[in-house]
Amino acid sequence: MIATVFLQTTNFIDAAYIVAFGLMIYGMTGLTGPRTAVRGNKIAATGMAIAVIATLLRKGEFHGSSTVWLIILGVAIGTAIGVPAARRVHMTAMPQMVALFNGVGGGAVALIAWVEFRHHFGADWPLRSEIFELFGAIVGSISFWGSNIAFGKLQGIIPGRPIKLPGAAQSILNLGLFLVTVAAAIVLCAGTHSQALFILGILVAAGILGNMVVLPIGGADMPVVISLLNAFTGLSAAATGVALSNPVMIVAGMIVGASGTILTNLMAKAMNRSVPAIVAGGFGGEVAAPVGAAGETGGTVRSTSAQDVAIQLSYARLVVIAPGYGMAVAQAQHAVRELERALEAKGVEVKYAIHPVAGRMPGHMNVLLAEADVPYDLLREMDDINPEFSRTDVVLVIGANDVTNPAAKNEPGSPIYGMPILEVDHAKAVIVLKRSMASGFAGIDNPLFYEEKTSMLFGDAKASVSEVTAEVQAL
Amino acid sequence: MDPLVIDIAVLVLAGFVGYTVISKVPNTLHTPLMSGTNAIHGIVVLGGLLLMAESSGVLEKVLLVIAVAFGTINVIGGFLVTDRMLEMFKAKDPPKAEDEEQGA
Repeated sequence: MIATVFLQTTNFIDAAYIVAFGLMIYGMTGLTGPRTAVRGNKIAATGMAIAVIATLLRKGEFHGSSTVWLIILGVAIGTAIGVPAARRVHMTAMPQMVALFNGVGGGAVALIAWVEFRHHFGADWPLRSEIFELFGAIVGSISFWGSNIAFGKLQGIIPGRPIKLPGAAQSILNLGLFLVTVAAAIVLCAGTHSQALFILGILVAAGILGNMVVLPIGGADMPVVISLLNAFTGLSAAATGVALSNPVMIVAGMIVGASGTILTNLMAKAMNRSVPAIVAGGFGGEVAAPVGAAGETGGTVRSTSAQDVAIQLSYARLVVIAPGYGMAVAQAQHAVRELERALEAKGVEVKYAIHPVAGRMPGHMNVLLAEADVPYDLLREMDDINPEFSRTDVVLVIGANDVTNPAAKNEPGSPIYGMPILEVDHAKAVIVLKRSMASGFAGIDNPLFYEEKTSMLFGDAKASVSEVTAEVQAL
Repeated sequence: MDPLVIDIAVLVLAGFVGYTVISKVPNTLHTPLMSGTNAIHGIVVLGGLLLMAESSGVLEKVLLVIAVAFGTINVIGGFLVTDRMLEMFKAKDPPKAEDEEQGA
């Protein structure tokens, strides 16, 4: 009995909160290496569990049986949806999954803010709580809708190309929505009799803004968008934490905010684009300019056969594999691993060149190759592998396009000019595995394909790689 | 000290701690990092739990049940999926040694 009372004291709960966020931070430090990462994630999850249990222990707050049942109901629904989703998702679909999980987090923030404002209707609520709660509401709502659109684009429900109003109309509309949202927030803080109405208006306006901001962003920019939305949800959670004066929410939210910010900047840097420019959107829609560039390069493409590729690869000393989103779409990572083993059995050195924004989220290629058991030390980051291309015999580009596009270095007029690329054109020969001659996700033509040393192997990446592997083994 | 000042101090310090810790994560682990931190912002579920006791009326209850469900999806799904991914990174070490033997 005494124990129960002790467990319900504020001091005990505060102590539990401190333990909880300590574990979360400690868990995150584990993520700095592949060996400690699994444990780190479990430690962070334990911290989360402690925070939830401590909250439920709060004295007297959960005495009503209906409250308890409603919490159980919510948790049960969440578990029933979350667990199978997390268990079944293919590694190739990870960007969508993260977008979706991120979205529901933002949605939860927005809903909580809504209830807060309804609940404190007409009551005296400290202004500072209102301000932080409103920040959470706005950012959470943007994050929820933005993430859903990102999910739709990645899943192929919504076309990946930028969808936007013509000219400056989109920017004006977005600015207008933003101003409406902020104005409504100020009215709410200043005090109004229609609090419940205004908070709903803010959530709706911010929601439309979330849609409008992500819809015009092309698929190639998704790594930046997902990181940014992740940071947003984290910051909104931290803001809600300040409003509720809950330290564990503040700390956890800020960790996510920091990680999202770091990743966003890294991704933007890897594309040589500024975050505001990406959010302004529209990139990848302008096919007009690159078409001209293709004309200049001559436009003859050499197509090759699996057998020729196998011979080329087998007699090489160093082969570098440059994977991209196409490998993810074709789920070709296991086939690629097979090919790598077959080549290694013939004494060929194989390395993987990983561009920071290859795929649709930060580190996407690493996860896929890890799933296929590719040894960690064969994966090379862009800056490490670029000097090695000049001594590389064959580069095998699998479903990567824009990240290998030499136009980024040579053509000041190209939309991707200045973006750091994998300099595969420095290798002695390049083989590009591609489904067809359609341009990449960014809608930009790739002069690499027309170079003399480049040959193309058309077809589904997985089938092509398997064919080549069979030929290599037969040699 | 004003509780708000303390809260904001915690906010700022946590930001710096987060930045320092996360800066050290290598590119290879960026996807698990993202889904792991993604799970962590599911902490908003606490907000849902705390408000559930105070809330009144059907609409508020319904909204909070959805909020708690959303938060739970975020937390449980996020940690599970991160764990799955990280297991793949971990599981790679022993076969790697094997490969080298085979190659030699």
